[in-house]
Amino acid sequence: MTPRELLARWLSRQLQADATAWLEQSAAQIQSSNKDADVYLTVSLVTRKIGKADLALSDTDLRDANTTRPGWDPRGWSADQAARVLLVLAMQQDPSRLARVLEQLCNSADVSELVAFYRGLPLYPDQPRYLARATEGLRTNIKSAFEAIALRNPYPNEQFPEAAWNQMVLKALFVGSALWPIIGLDRRSNPALAQMLSGYAHERWAAGRPVSPELWRCVGPYATGTALKDLERVLKEGTDPERRAAALALRASPDPGANALLQRDAALARAVAGGELTWERVVAPA
Amino acid sequence: MKFIDPHIHMSARTTDDYERMAAAGIVALIEPAFWLGQPRTNAGSYMDYLSSLVGWERFRAAQFGIRHYCAIGLNAKEANNVALAEEVIALLPRYLLKEGVVALGEIGFDDQTAVEEKYYRAQLDMAKELDMVVMVHTPHRDKKAGTVRSMEIALEQGLAPGRVIIDHNNEETVEDVLERGFWAAFTLYPHTKMGNERMVEIARRYGSERIIIDSSSDWGVSDPMAVPKTARLMLDRGISAEDVEKISYRNALAAYGQTGQMAEKDWLDPADIDQRTLFEGNSVLRGQQPRVDELQQIPERIKDLVFK
Repeated sequence: MTPRELLARWLSRQLQADATAWLEQSAAQIQSSNKDADVYLTVSLVTRKIGKADLALSDTDLRDANTTRPGWDPRGWSADQAARVLLVLAMQQDPSRLARVLEQLCNSADVSELVAFYRGLPLYPDQPRYLARATEGLRTNIKSAFEAIALRNPYPNEQFPEAAWNQMVLKALFVGSALWPIIGLDRRSNPALAQMLSGYAHERWAAGRPVSPELWRCVGPYATGTALKDLERVLKEGTDPERRAAALALRASPDPGANALLQRDAALARAVAGGELTWERVVAPA
Repeated sequence: MKFIDPHIHMSARTTDDYERMAAAGIVALIEPAFWLGQPRTNAGSYMDYLSSLVGWERFRAAQFGIRHYCAIGLNAKEANNVALAEEVIALLPRYLLKEGVVALGEIGFDDQTAVEEKYYRAQLDMAKELDMVVMVHTPHRDKKAGTVRSMEIALEQGLAPGRVIIDHNNEETVEDVLERGFWAAFTLYPHTKMGNERMVEIARRYGSERIIIDSSSDWGVSDPMAVPKTARLMLDRGISAEDVEKISYRNALAAYGQTGQMAEKDWLDPADIDQRTLFEGNSVLRGQQPRVDELQQIPERIKDLVFK
């Protein structure tokens, strides 16, 4: 099944019959009409016609999603968001039209609509076309809109050049978003990002402000010299989550001195070696 | 006590106001589309402003635990720029049926020109076709005649008076509005509009049926605490608690909730998706922390030299 078909199936499972009928008719009408105004009106009406309940998705549904579109993670989508993406996909046979209309929809979107359109990014035809929209979207101050692009979304991992990727990770830290849901966080690590993150940590220390333990994840693979000293400091003086993070980062470090530093905390070294300590567990309570 | 401010221009206000409003018990507000203090010269800036009412400002309010609704429309002043007005009227349908758009407004007369009348009627038509509630801004100059004219035109265009809120009333207009069956909203705005001791006497004389108060706080010297302050003043001066609750909360909810875009459960028990997108899953932001009944003093930041 295509993403559009999956969305339609999930929605019809949980919506009342009249809502499903409205959605199907609306999608058909969007597909066949060429009046942009119809799309705007219909997309506006989604909340009142479809409601805002969370999509009820089983493990099978999630596997289906990942099979048809690798990296697609629809957890946390609500029915209105799914319906809006479905309506946008009704234009998928005409990628230019979809892109044009989507641009207008984003420019007049409310908070929920914006989140929906950004969550749909991995599903639109002609993927590279949306790079400007995605990077522009990250400039938002609306945290949920930022997270709709950055977290649980394969689009940045696949499409962002390094500079845009680095700004996204930094901003996630700035706005207090978790890093672990960023798809491709390890794969896209790079020396420039490691340097910027180290610099940010130093700024925070100078200001007497806390440093997110997750910051070190993207420093570890490049941690030598000063960065290695930073990890040593965190391992020694940090809070428990910070020390767990430093341990994982030291394990990833290419520096020959890293392992010796890690072994200074025998318990953590064991947890890292044994695999019980993962980045997802770093920020969880002990 | 819980309050609603059904007419306030939060785009012009700071987070200090949001903090105070939340602490004082304001759970919801309505921000009608208005003008900026100097005229817009192109439809693009109008459109971006409308987008901010359903986008950024809605999110910003939620960060303080307040549910933000809006009214969308072409205001009376900018209706006089015909080229702009034509473009804005064509844009309005993109917004009018969005979630949380509780009314078409604030529309009506400013100078009472022929052009203002034309676009007032055109928008009343749109409201009728889309079955929307209308927020009417009554003119500040020649108010009594302008208010009556606004109501008569609304009736001519076929709107039911119960679907129209006539705002910025005073002692001279209240009877005309109530006797025609419209909602009568009063803007408590120092020096130029209603003072709140006068409002107490209006409540005493006319009761609470179809009477609503708001602050219309904007970029001028105005008070976003006007609604909770006036409610407190009414109680202190012997207006019944039941009447005060209607005037400062329940009537606004009834009037603007008629199309289902505003409901008490939005702040008492928000949808899960709203908790995640607006309130970041934070129960404090959702307003579930107990609110004190007393008005909070603004933090005395001017005296507090240190900030981290």
